[in-house]
Amino acid sequence: MILDVPELSLVALVGISGSGKSTFAARHWAPTQVLSSDFFRGLVADDENDQSASSDAFDVLHYVAGKRLAAGRLTVVDATNLQSHARAGLVKVAREHDVLPVAVVLDVPESLAWERTQARTDRTFGRQVITRMHRDLRRSLGQLAKEGFRKIHVLRGVDEIAAAEIRYEKLFNDLKGEHGPFDIIGDVHGCRAELEALLGKLGWHLVRDERDRPVDATHPEGRKAVFVGDLVDRGPDSPGVLRLVMGMVAAGHAICVPGNHEQKLARKLNGRNVQLTHGLPETLEQLEAEDPAFVAEVRVFIDGLVSHYVLDDGNLVVAHAGLKEAYHGRASGRVRSFALYGETTGETDEYGLPVRYPWAREYRGSAAVVYGHVPTPVPEWINNTICLDTGCVFGGALTALRWPSRELVAVPAAKEYYAPVRPLLTTAAKPDQGLDIADVTGRRHIDYGYGQTTVPAENAAAALEVMGRFSVDPETLVWLPPTMAPCTSSTVEGYLEHPSSAFADLRAAGVERVVCEEKHMGSRAVVRVSVSGTGDAIWTRTGRPFFGPELDEPLLARIRAAAAPLFAELETGWLLLDTELLPWSAKAGSLIRDQYAGVGAAGRAALPAALTVLDRVAGRGLDVGGLRDRLELRATEIEGFSAAYRAYVKPTDGLTGVTVAPFAVLAGAGVSYAKRDHDWHLALADRLVAADPELFTPTRRMIVDLDDPAAEAAATEWWLTLTAAGGEGMVVKPWAGLARTDAKGRLVQPGVKCRGREYLRIIYGPEYTRPEQLDQLRRRNLGRKRSLALREHGLGLAALDRLAEGAPAWRVHEVVFAILAAESEPVDPRL
Amino acid sequence: MLLTLTTTHRPATDLGYLLVKHPGKVHSFDVPTGTAHVLYPEAEEDRCTAALLLDIDPQRLRAQRDAFELSQYVNDRPYAASSLLASALARVFRSALRGASRDRPELAATSIPLEIHVPVLRGTPELVSRLFTPLGWQVTATPIPFEAELGGDSRYVDVHLSGELRVADALNHLYVLLPVLDDGKHYWVAPDEIEKLLRSGEGWLAAHPEKVLIARRYLAHRRSLATTALQLLEADQPATEEEAELPVTRRAPLAEQRREAVLAALTEVGASRVLDLGCGGGALLTALVKDRGLTEIVGADVSTRSLEQAARRLRLDRLPERQKDRIRLIQTALTYRDDRLRGFDAAVLMEVIEHIDLPRLPALEAAVFGHARPGAVIVTTPNVEYNVHYDGLTGMRHSDHRFEWTRAEFAAWAESVAAAHGYTVTIRGVGEADEVTGAPTQLALFKISEVTA
Repeated sequence: MILDVPELSLVALVGISGSGKSTFAARHWAPTQVLSSDFFRGLVADDENDQSASSDAFDVLHYVAGKRLAAGRLTVVDATNLQSHARAGLVKVAREHDVLPVAVVLDVPESLAWERTQARTDRTFGRQVITRMHRDLRRSLGQLAKEGFRKIHVLRGVDEIAAAEIRYEKLFNDLKGEHGPFDIIGDVHGCRAELEALLGKLGWHLVRDERDRPVDATHPEGRKAVFVGDLVDRGPDSPGVLRLVMGMVAAGHAICVPGNHEQKLARKLNGRNVQLTHGLPETLEQLEAEDPAFVAEVRVFIDGLVSHYVLDDGNLVVAHAGLKEAYHGRASGRVRSFALYGETTGETDEYGLPVRYPWAREYRGSAAVVYGHVPTPVPEWINNTICLDTGCVFGGALTALRWPSRELVAVPAAKEYYAPVRPLLTTAAKPDQGLDIADVTGRRHIDYGYGQTTVPAENAAAALEVMGRFSVDPETLVWLPPTMAPCTSSTVEGYLEHPSSAFADLRAAGVERVVCEEKHMGSRAVVRVSVSGTGDAIWTRTGRPFFGPELDEPLLARIRAAAAPLFAELETGWLLLDTELLPWSAKAGSLIRDQYAGVGAAGRAALPAALTVLDRVAGRGLDVGGLRDRLELRATEIEGFSAAYRAYVKPTDGLTGVTVAPFAVLAGAGVSYAKRDHDWHLALADRLVAADPELFTPTRRMIVDLDDPAAEAAATEWWLTLTAAGGEGMVVKPWAGLARTDAKGRLVQPGVKCRGREYLRIIYGPEYTRPEQLDQLRRRNLGRKRSLALREHGLGLAALDRLAEGAPAWRVHEVVFAILAAESEPVDPRL
Repeated sequence: MLLTLTTTHRPATDLGYLLVKHPGKVHSFDVPTGTAHVLYPEAEEDRCTAALLLDIDPQRLRAQRDAFELSQYVNDRPYAASSLLASALARVFRSALRGASRDRPELAATSIPLEIHVPVLRGTPELVSRLFTPLGWQVTATPIPFEAELGGDSRYVDVHLSGELRVADALNHLYVLLPVLDDGKHYWVAPDEIEKLLRSGEGWLAAHPEKVLIARRYLAHRRSLATTALQLLEADQPATEEEAELPVTRRAPLAEQRREAVLAALTEVGASRVLDLGCGGGALLTALVKDRGLTEIVGADVSTRSLEQAARRLRLDRLPERQKDRIRLIQTALTYRDDRLRGFDAAVLMEVIEHIDLPRLPALEAAVFGHARPGAVIVTTPNVEYNVHYDGLTGMRHSDHRFEWTRAEFAAWAESVAAAHGYTVTIRGVGEADEVTGAPTQLALFKISEVTA
């Protein structure tokens, strides 16, 4: 005997003690699919037979069943399920997750069950219990359907039970195997002429009957049409549209989901009493002129429509009014109702129409949801959902979405066939404005395409504080610079960081060619400039506005002016630049004073004073030799330290004296430039410098092939010269660009920094160059810093990718937020 | 790291007896952060100088870094006089600090001409003077300048003190006031520090006009310790001085009036489920909790530290269950939509909006008025016109204020928000109003317009 069971369902086994339920379950399902009441009694009470624990045990069982069903996993409940209240609990769980409840009844003779029970040492109840259970079973059989079980299989006797086989059936809405390509067509509403025109524009060939009426259409590339419903009402030829679509569906050239208008028409045709409003009278009148046989076909066609489909490996969902993620591939009354009508808030708007619940704004699913139902002037992607109803019957247009290319094709309506109750929603009322806190707070797991990361809740909380109080508008903040790891500690005498280690690091990562870029000692600044100037901003590495509006605005204006030729050349309305703003003192003036220069001033005053004391003590004939030498060395070191920070202090007044050193062009409209090589990036940077040499500082660089020792030696020499002149050092980057991957396809570090010997005094203290201190510092652990740098880099690339593909704001924000959160990780800030 | 003590009392070399350190030798002592040396750059009949030089070992200092403020690897500890030097002083001059001297007991009890030089000390000349002058010192404090490239003065001073005092008093002054000026302790301040402070301050601290500042800073800003220390000090004081310290009766402070005004507005709208948005450390929440009419109170803030502070203030962990169920604290940022904030009778934004950058304010409006949509919203913010009444106030009332509005600006904002989101609004002043400038705080009460069903 074959038992048909929907792929996703809740299967309740029903049978008396000793009927062989557990054996049956073990034969047909994996142990993890079967939730046994005995097991849960054991979990909560340490005794599988403790009936007093049943209530708690079922609570937990229902909870686990709910989690499994929410995740889309078939679940089997192994319990006697002889009482209607017990079964009601299961039906409720199934309904809550919009899956079908199925009952499989194992009906064995009472005597056999008693025999089996007696054979078990852990069952101590008497025969009368089995008798009572059997009576309950008899009574249950007639009630299962009424209780809501959608499939009921009754296996009578040992032989039938032994012979039973389970066969899984797909849900009607499961068309994951259909890969199209599809032409998904919005609400037609009886506009047959526009439908014909649109199909023509999409490359379909219409098939006409003897009366020249279109009854089918074929596409030379084998495309498939998908109709989002509302074929009928209001328009001039609903029967004509139905004839064409029904023909296409029958021929396997189209798929169709019902709209609320089909639903209402079917109710009318089925003889139900419905209000004759919203264009239904026109349709009925048009159908009057049709052959009754055709009308009967229409009725059968609509009755057979499935309210939504999951297509293309689950990447595409089509439903008339859209569908929230929890309902994808599910089957229940409320799923159908959502698909047909959407959800309303219970309120009505000023035109007396119901206010729709903005499900799309909250949608976070990975499947694209394509729908109609709500007329909008321009179809727009909102969180991976799109409404194709462009109000054709109201004089708008009939729109199709080509899948998977996501191209929109539309034909305008010939005229306004029907006056709308309210004007079409304008884009100003865009429903996904603002960001939702639920997308960033708490412990979050993010798969960002280059890897996966978990943001701990406390890091998210810290990032929220910065984002909430100090950052530029999060929707403007489309990228944050990743932290950068230093090169492996050098063994070259007197050096903690040295070019040879930087080259070795990149060579080990499989990089053949690198670019050494001068590392500017200033403050990181990310710049977004556009042709129009709206939405432009300049922000720091933690996303704060750079100086404040008084200086940021004029600075952005100058950058915008210099970038003007680039907008045209790169065919973009805006650009995102990665830069360093100089001098360091422009932004960090108070930090330099409080921190570095303060130490310098204190040291330069204290050490000579101490040396004077010691000289006078020595003058009295006492021996202070060792102490004096130590303090003298310190005095030299504090001078070196002072010289190091002093090199980055330059007078500025407002923007006078401020310069910007761009070194990467990260993104433009619809494009991430992460795959461009650094010659490309730096050439554009040079163009900016040429356009406004006073504002921009060039980035000196040297390209090194890592198999060329002479080039390496030259670069080392260059680094020594740069750092001797007070330069911070250099960054060594894979020449191929930001998105460079290794042989296994993993990202490599976008660069390693190699800081100058004198510069590092600011970081590690004036005396760090002493041999014993250097030895200790060389043992610094870079592992955490490197993995953090790589993770932040990957998140940043993901932000650029998501931005380029036009992802919703929250998708970009999610990864940018994760970069900020990563900055809360405890990593030595000196690295 | 260095201080010198000079006397011109004859024979000046007796200083060696008082300090119990022979002028003819170099004395070295191991201390936890390095080596302390006592040496004499001059030791003549008419003038003798002892120098205390603390040679700090950065490695050893670093090993202690968890114990103190060494958030920065690079710091001034090896150079500036600080609690490190004070500790070394207490250790090497232990008996001199007590005023004891086996060899010269009378001299130890006698005021003699003394000069002290501390070449590098954190502080301002003004503060150094305020601390040492009342103790009988003539003070010369010169700021140490930055290099010419930066210009201006650093936060360090070169200090010369002179006066006629007992050596023990001089040392005790230094022991207490060096860390006070430095305003940082290199070790965790435990309650037994009170005892050390009182011992070293005996005879001079209780009458010092800056005793509050000294106690606070010495006890590393641990308010409870400082309060205890001050109470102990006052116990020794004659009653007359105590009375002078009593606060004069004054009218309720503005913060309190603001809370009252907000509570009154909540009563006015009949709210029982209330949001305190930007609750901070819970100043308003404590008042809300007392109102039995409120059945649900949610305090929301972006700062987790503020929320922890509020939880402590409300004693959330000790409230009985029934009480605790009424109140919840959540972290949120008002520039994001937050479903947890929906469905309340009223929301309070007390002194919150001025902490949001103006360009971000529409996001807050959308999140609060558009998304959370409480029945009423109460907003308070400073009236910038009133600022002329604050003496010495330059700029805004708080360093984190992003803007402060005139009454006209606030009214215009309130009306446009009300119109955009379907609320009606009334505006009132809070605090004593001035005829010209109006009240110090302005309050807007928004009520949702009836929804047409």
